[in-house]
Amino acid sequence: MAATSDTVTDALADNGRAQVAARKAASRTVWTRWLMLSPALITILVCGLAPLFIILAYSLMKPGDYAGVICCKIVPDAWINLFFEQDMFSDAMAPNYAYYIIFARSILMALFTTALALGVGFPTAYFIATRSPKLRNLMLFLITIPFWTNLLIRTYSIIMVLQDQGVLNKILMKLGIIDQPLQLMYTNIAISYGLSYAYLPYMVLPLYASMEKLDFRLIEAGYDLYATRFQVLRRLIIPLVKPGIVAGSILVFIPAIGDYVITTQLGGGTTMMFGSLISQQFLTARNWPQGSALSLGLMALVMIALLIYAKKAVGRAES
Amino acid sequence: MTDIAAAPTISAPSRRAPRFDVKRQSGFWLVAIFCLAMLYTPMAVLVTYAFNDNNFVMIWKGFTWRWFGIAINDPEIRDAALLSLKVAAIASVIATIFATMAALVTTRVKPFRSMPLVYAIINQPLMVPEIVTAIATMVFFAWIRTMTDYYGVVYLVVSHIVFCIPFAYMPLRARLEDMDLTYENAAADLYATPWRVFRRITLPLMVPGIIGALMLSFVVSMDDVVITVHVSGPGEQTLPLYLIGQLHRGVTPEVNAMSTLFLLASVLLVTIFFIVTRKKN
Repeated sequence: MAATSDTVTDALADNGRAQVAARKAASRTVWTRWLMLSPALITILVCGLAPLFIILAYSLMKPGDYAGVICCKIVPDAWINLFFEQDMFSDAMAPNYAYYIIFARSILMALFTTALALGVGFPTAYFIATRSPKLRNLMLFLITIPFWTNLLIRTYSIIMVLQDQGVLNKILMKLGIIDQPLQLMYTNIAISYGLSYAYLPYMVLPLYASMEKLDFRLIEAGYDLYATRFQVLRRLIIPLVKPGIVAGSILVFIPAIGDYVITTQLGGGTTMMFGSLISQQFLTARNWPQGSALSLGLMALVMIALLIYAKKAVGRAES
Repeated sequence: MTDIAAAPTISAPSRRAPRFDVKRQSGFWLVAIFCLAMLYTPMAVLVTYAFNDNNFVMIWKGFTWRWFGIAINDPEIRDAALLSLKVAAIASVIATIFATMAALVTTRVKPFRSMPLVYAIINQPLMVPEIVTAIATMVFFAWIRTMTDYYGVVYLVVSHIVFCIPFAYMPLRARLEDMDLTYENAAADLYATPWRVFRRITLPLMVPGIIGALMLSFVVSMDDVVITVHVSGPGEQTLPLYLIGQLHRGVTPEVNAMSTLFLLASVLLVTIFFIVTRKKN
């Protein structure tokens, strides 16, 4: 009897020990999981996410005399200033047209850039996707190289093409089309050319990814039903690769609207854009609250673009 | 554009007679060539003028190699290049280590509730416009600088690590997800400890992913302008910062020579990247 009870208690103890061990192991895996995630997560949370909250706080304070902010009274001035400016003499508020123009220019320029990149990128991606695998790899490689090379160097190369003594003006003058060099630098044309040049690979790559999966039996069926090439393009190819079109457009639109390098190098003071305006508020105007509010405004615009994208993606999944 | 409209009427009969090409869309080849030309013409111009034997870069006088020698021996360029390399090397190695650990958890552990949050945090640096990250980091580090009274290149390195992590994470995750789990399971069946499974099986198999992560983050760090402009302290000049300083002065072909060398290095890296990642597929 004693022996049996012993084995029973032993078994119970064993069982209990096993449970404890299992629980320990489980909590250990949870611990290791977070321990292994923590370096990446902490780095990004502390140095990537926390600064965004700091500028949120700064956007609600008064600017300091030389830079920085005056702590810690909350004033909505910077946010109101995004849309209205105070009249110098009276306290009346007037719409802040200077900012409206910059916002509108940034949005239009980003849209135009996206359209241009789509116009060039779509046929290119389709052309690549319909080549032999060997040629396809080569062309993809050629599209990816600019994507990996320094943006500033590419911007400099555009300056060499567009400037007064640049290659484009030289060619046009040699051909006798113009006799005075065209002022191309520091114009909207230069910026939109630069932006679409810089972000073209972002359009071609996702477009290619969705075209690669295109089922050409459907297109053959279209032709069997007497569709013209244009009808096949409009009614079959474009709807089928829509995910690629949307993804590519988002990937071009977002960096284009917040761009800093190209807009500051190819555009002058008269063609200010969102990115250069933000930087100017911090480095030149030394109005940190205003710059912070502008940054968060830009982030809101990008978030709206991403939300539209997410909505489109969800809508597609449902249909 | 007139070619596009004219093409079908001219070529349709001859094309349709032998075999109808389902995949063809008229004029697309022309746009594709235009696209490649658009991407490469400016770079070709830049490289060509690096060989210009004239102090004024845009006025061609003759062929010379001398600007490359001048660029290599320029102490300002050398210092900038060394700083760029140093920052990129440290940032890419640390980012790759962090990303490897994160990728192992997100691909080798049963999906847990906060997984989407983890993804969102890792991708956060990619979702925010770069200029916003740049000024937010600048403000944050300015604050720490006055608090601790410590100035140094560490701030620049840390800011680079942050945006390198998502770039390092992408190829690692892709590699780990594509990997066959059979070997890892077999090793575990043979009583290998998790650490041993990782060291003997997982790690060797994920080497291409690690190389890809290192190179991607290295290139991204080397190329960064926006964040570096705002975060770098006085006297900290990377290659892109040197270039930005030169752009609006009357530049000599020295800048072109330096840019050409930079381009060459990038192309070399991409080629290696392609070879390394393709071989295993």
